[in-house]
Amino acid sequence: MSPTFQNILIAALILFCMLNMAALMIWIERRLLALMQDRLGPNRAGPFGLLVILADMIKIFTKEDWIPPFSDKVVFVLAPAIIMATTLLSFAVIPFAPGIQVIDLNIGLLYVLAMSSIGIYSIVLAGWASNSKYSLLGGLRMSAQMFSYEVFMGLSLLGVVAMAGTFNLREIVDSQQRLWFVVPQFLGFVIFMIAGLAETHRLPADMPEAESELIAGYHAEYSGMKFGMFFVGEYVGVILISSLMVVLFFGGWHGPFLPPLVWFALKLGAFLFFFILCRAAMPRPRYDQFMALGWKVLLPLSLLNVLVTGAIILANT
Amino acid sequence: MINLFYIAALVAIIATVLAITRHHAVHALLYLIVSLLAVALVFFTLGAPFVAALEVIIYAGAILVLFLFVMMMLNLGQDAKEQEREWQPLRIWIGPALLSCILLALIIHAIMGEGSASVVTEEVGPKAVGSLLFGPYMIAAELGAFLLMAGVVGASHLRRREFQSEITGKEES
Repeated sequence: MSPTFQNILIAALILFCMLNMAALMIWIERRLLALMQDRLGPNRAGPFGLLVILADMIKIFTKEDWIPPFSDKVVFVLAPAIIMATTLLSFAVIPFAPGIQVIDLNIGLLYVLAMSSIGIYSIVLAGWASNSKYSLLGGLRMSAQMFSYEVFMGLSLLGVVAMAGTFNLREIVDSQQRLWFVVPQFLGFVIFMIAGLAETHRLPADMPEAESELIAGYHAEYSGMKFGMFFVGEYVGVILISSLMVVLFFGGWHGPFLPPLVWFALKLGAFLFFFILCRAAMPRPRYDQFMALGWKVLLPLSLLNVLVTGAIILANT
Repeated sequence: MINLFYIAALVAIIATVLAITRHHAVHALLYLIVSLLAVALVFFTLGAPFVAALEVIIYAGAILVLFLFVMMMLNLGQDAKEQEREWQPLRIWIGPALLSCILLALIIHAIMGEGSASVVTEEVGPKAVGSLLFGPYMIAAELGAFLLMAGVVGASHLRRREFQSEITGKEES
């Protein structure tokens, strides 16, 4: 098998797995939420209600795909494509196991951050192109929220980068053979987790689409598969942030006895469950409270983290 | 790699021209984003992946989002587009076109003088950029930091005055 063909095969497999996992996440989330809220959730169609995914997909594909006449049509269609493209492109640098990685980029971490900063456009443009009040408000909130939390996301990772001495994600995983970075970089991990919640705009950080205030925020005017792209894009984003947490803080594929890919999948699954449980357990804060938390607490803390990590590394060399 | 460079450069030039000539501000901005992404790719093909990543994160990802943020609140519609069209009659393009022609001639002259231009294949990583930035170019980095700090203090000061007048206004009524 030629290396080019092998690369294409790996890329296609990763994309296939990610999209299917995102679809499966919808079912897992509904069942787990139901469990937490003391009800049953979807349990009728097929074994454990698994066929509800199929029903959802048929519904979303056959729904009328309506473009509002008052919208900016080109931008309106472009917006949902951006979030899918950027989140799926980010998976190119994630090392799932030794050899299972599309491209071993030596600026891998920066590449992921760059893709997530391009992803903001999706939501901002969706909010603007819809040309309606609630969408615009959702878009404004979203751009301010994602823009701010991206700062802390980048800063919280600087400790990891300094300790590993590289932006290359595979080398970062390799440098965690002895000790996972979550132990020395616990503060960085917590900040990254909160920033990750804000970036994927999931409850408790879903103020941009808060249904009690903004109906659905930036995607209020979307229907059919265009809405589906935002919906699935959100789950793909959750999988991406979870994989990043595994790679950066929890030793990637390293672990005893089991094969590397199984370890990665186990750790990834744990974080996906954690994201869902967060949604069930926490209320939504007020928007200004959430932004104040970012700039007044997380920013000084992450700067302090960088300072202390740098000082310790300097003292040890 | 060299083909990729030419494609990216062509995309950058076309997108930039479109960004200047569009009458709709948001569409022009979208072309500007495409242009910056293409420039990032140009940097990447020339062996500067770190600079390419920064180009995307800072210019395309951060600064232009703020541009868009402001434009979203201006409520630009068909009227603004018409107005823009009125403000840009054809004769307004003559001056800039002449100036660009001079620059183009200069560039062509420079390229001709160089002979065959070689593409740098050596990759400049993040570490090399960092040690240059905090070594010989330390003063420039520090000056940039001063400028940003001044901006932050200024913005915070403007907001503070507004905030205080809001409070006092409420107390009077």
